[in-house]
Amino acid sequence: MASVISSSPFLCKSSSKSDLGISSFPKSSQISIHRCQKKSISRKIVSVMAPQKDRSPGTTGSVKTGMTMTEKILARASEKSLVVPGDNIWVNVDVLMTHDVCGPGAFGIFKREFGEKAKVWDPEKIVVIPDHYIFTADKRANRNVDIMREHCREQNIKYFYDITDLGNFKANPDYKGVCHVALAQEGHCRPGEVLLGTDSHTCTAGAFGQFATGIGNTDAGFVLGTGKILLKVPPTMRFILDGEMPSYLQAKDLILQIIGEISVAGATYKTMEFSGTTIESLSMEERMTLCNMVVEAGGKNGVIPPDATTLNYVENRTSVPFEPVYSDGNASFVADYRFDVSKLEPVVAKPHSPDNRALARECKDVKIDRVYIGSCTGGKTEDFMAAAKLFHAAGRKVKVPTFLVPATQKVWMDVYALPVPGAGGKTCAQIFEEAGCDTPASPSCGACLGGPADTYARLNEPQVCVSTTNRNFPGRMGHKEGQIYLASPYTAAASALTGRVADPREFLQ
Amino acid sequence: MATSQQFLNPTLFKSLASSNKNSCTLCPSPFLQLKSASTIFNYKPLTSSSATIITRVAASSSDSGESITRETFHGLCFVLKDNIDTDQIIPAEYGTLIPSIPEDREKLGSFALNGLPKFYNERFVVPGEMKSKYSVIIGGDNFGCGSSREHAPVCLGAAGAKAVVAESYARIFFRNCVATGEIFPLESEVRICDECKTGDVVTIEHKEDGSSLLINHTTRKEYKLKPLGDAGPVIDAGGIFAYARKAGMIPSA
Repeated sequence: MASVISSSPFLCKSSSKSDLGISSFPKSSQISIHRCQKKSISRKIVSVMAPQKDRSPGTTGSVKTGMTMTEKILARASEKSLVVPGDNIWVNVDVLMTHDVCGPGAFGIFKREFGEKAKVWDPEKIVVIPDHYIFTADKRANRNVDIMREHCREQNIKYFYDITDLGNFKANPDYKGVCHVALAQEGHCRPGEVLLGTDSHTCTAGAFGQFATGIGNTDAGFVLGTGKILLKVPPTMRFILDGEMPSYLQAKDLILQIIGEISVAGATYKTMEFSGTTIESLSMEERMTLCNMVVEAGGKNGVIPPDATTLNYVENRTSVPFEPVYSDGNASFVADYRFDVSKLEPVVAKPHSPDNRALARECKDVKIDRVYIGSCTGGKTEDFMAAAKLFHAAGRKVKVPTFLVPATQKVWMDVYALPVPGAGGKTCAQIFEEAGCDTPASPSCGACLGGPADTYARLNEPQVCVSTTNRNFPGRMGHKEGQIYLASPYTAAASALTGRVADPREFLQ
Repeated sequence: MATSQQFLNPTLFKSLASSNKNSCTLCPSPFLQLKSASTIFNYKPLTSSSATIITRVAASSSDSGESITRETFHGLCFVLKDNIDTDQIIPAEYGTLIPSIPEDREKLGSFALNGLPKFYNERFVVPGEMKSKYSVIIGGDNFGCGSSREHAPVCLGAAGAKAVVAESYARIFFRNCVATGEIFPLESEVRICDECKTGDVVTIEHKEDGSSLLINHTTRKEYKLKPLGDAGPVIDAGGIFAYARKAGMIPSA
C-alpha cells in the first residue's frame, strides 16, 4: 500500500473524464486526473473541478462567491469586489524589484515611453538589487551596475543595494546579493501584497502569502511609470501536503516531486497554492524554496497561506502595515492534488529538464564531477546548515570539487557565525573546511545561470554537476553538454561525499 | 482568401527586405497596417536568402472608419522541438547586453538561438553574421520556458524573425512577445513542428475573423492557427504602451 503511494503518487491521465463527472475540460492544460484508490485512505482521492469561467459577478444573488487567495489579492489590488479566472484587470503594484541584468533595459524603456525627465511612480516602492553578474571582469556587466546607480540617483530610489568594490564584497555595506533572498531578508515581502520582479523566480515571494510573479523589461518599464500592470486572473491549482516531513527530506524534494508529476508546463498560466500540515511545519526559507520553482512548472505564481511562522518572520523585518488574505471555503480550484509527505523519498531532476524526476537512490551509479550549493533556490542559510549537518554526520571529506555560494551577505555571515545544531559549536564554515569544500564565495547568483566566462564555478567543460539550483536545461550553467542534476542541499552534500549521485539517507540515518 | 481590395490610391508595391520596426511613421505597431494607403498584393517566390515581408491591406466598408489588418509573414522557417527554454534562445552570458540600446540589441540578434544543442544541425544565425535568413520560427510545446528576460524575444526579433508558431508557450515569454512587439506569437492546433523542416518556405496569413493560416509551400500543406485571444487587442494596438494609451490608462505621447 505504502509503496503504491510513494512510487506513483496519485496521478495518471484518465481518458474517461466522465468517471469523475467532468463535462468540460481545458484543452491545452495538462491536468492529470486522480483515479480512485479504493484500497488506500479515502483522503487520497482527489477531485478535479472544471474552471468556472461563466459566472458573472452580478448574477450570484445573495450567495457570496468564494475566491482563492490569489483572486482575493488581485481583486483588492484592482479595487474590485470580485474577480474570476480569465478576467483581464489593471492591478496596483506594491513593490517592483529589478536587478543588474534587466534594470537598465527596464529604465531605458521607462524613459523612452514616459520621457527623459519622467519620474517613477513611487521611489519607495522600487527595490533595485544587483545580483546576477557582479564579481566579474566583464565590462558590460560592470557597466550595468553603474547604469543602475545613475538611475537610482536620478530617481531618488530609496532601496538600491549598491556594490562598488568588486574585489571585496564585505566592503560594500549596502550590497545584499541574490534578489529574492534579499527581498525577504530586508522586509519587502508582505502578505496580501502584489510584488513584481524582472526575474522569473520572483514567484519565491509567494511563500509570504502574496501575489508575486516575474515580468519582462517592457512590463517593468510600464510599472515604473504607472505603478500598475495588466494581468489576467489565473485559476488556482491546489497542492495539499500532509504528513510528517522525514528527517532526510527537504522542500526541494517536495517541489521536484510535484514538477515531476505535472511536468514543466503543468501549471502554465495557473497559480500553485500549497497548504496542509507539512506546509505549516516548514520554515519560511523552506517555503521560499517551494514557491521558487513554481515557474519551472510553468506556474504564474505560487502562494502559501500566511500563519504564525510568516507573521513572526515579517513583523521582525518591516513596519509597513499589511493585511493577509486566505482562500474562501467555497473557492473554486481548477485541480486538487494531495501528497502524503511521510512516504516521499529524496529525488533529483536529471538532465536536461526540471521535470525529469528520478529517485536519488536510483541514480547512485551516476558518477559526478562537481557539486554546487547556492542560488535563490538552495543557497540560503538553512540550505547551508543542512549541508553542513550532513557533512558533520558523515565525518568525511568530499570526493569532488564542492562549490559554495551563499545567496546574500547575511547568509555568508551566518555560514561563518552560526553554530550548526548538534555539531558541538562548529559553524558551517568550519565543517565545510574540514570536509574539503571550496571556501564559500562572494554572494551572488553565481554560476546558477552560467554567466560571463570568468564566473566562479561556471561549468566550462562538459561535466556532471549536482546542484541545488533551479534549472538544468542544456547549457544552463555554461557548457552546452554539461549535465546538471537538480537536488536538495542534503542530496548535494551526500553526492559530494560519494562522488556519485547519492541518497542522503546514506549519511543521515 | 476572400478579401476584396479597394484601391483608393494605387501605389507601387514595395517589398521590404528587412523591417526596421521603429521607422514606419504610419504604423504604431510592427503588426499593423492602417488603411490610409493601399498596396497591390504581389507574391514573389523567394529567390534570395533574405526574408521578404509582403504587406497586404484588406478593405473594409467605408462607414466603419479605420480597418486594422495584420501583416502577412513570408519566408523560410526554422523548426524547433519542445521546451525550448530562454537559455537556448539566448545564453545567459549575453544577458549583459541591454535590449533598449540599439547597438546591444543588434548584437543580441547575432547570438539568437546560439544555445541550441548539437541536435539542431542548422545555425539560426550563421557565425559572423548579424541577421538570420529565417523569418518564421516553428516550435513545439512550452516554447520560451525559463527566464523572464526579454532578451529572448528581443534577440529573435533583432535577428529578423517575424513570427513564432508554437504548439504552446510559457507565459512570461508569450507576455514579453506581446508587450515588446518584437515577434508575433501564434499558436498552432497541431504539431506543425513534426511536419515542417527547417528551410521550408512558409506564409502566415491573417483572416478577418481573427484566425490565421500557415501555408507551407514546400510541402503544400496548410495549417489553421488559433486566434490571438485576449492578447489580440494588445498586439493590435502595438504592445502594452500603445494599448494603455488607447485605453486611456496613460496619457498619449
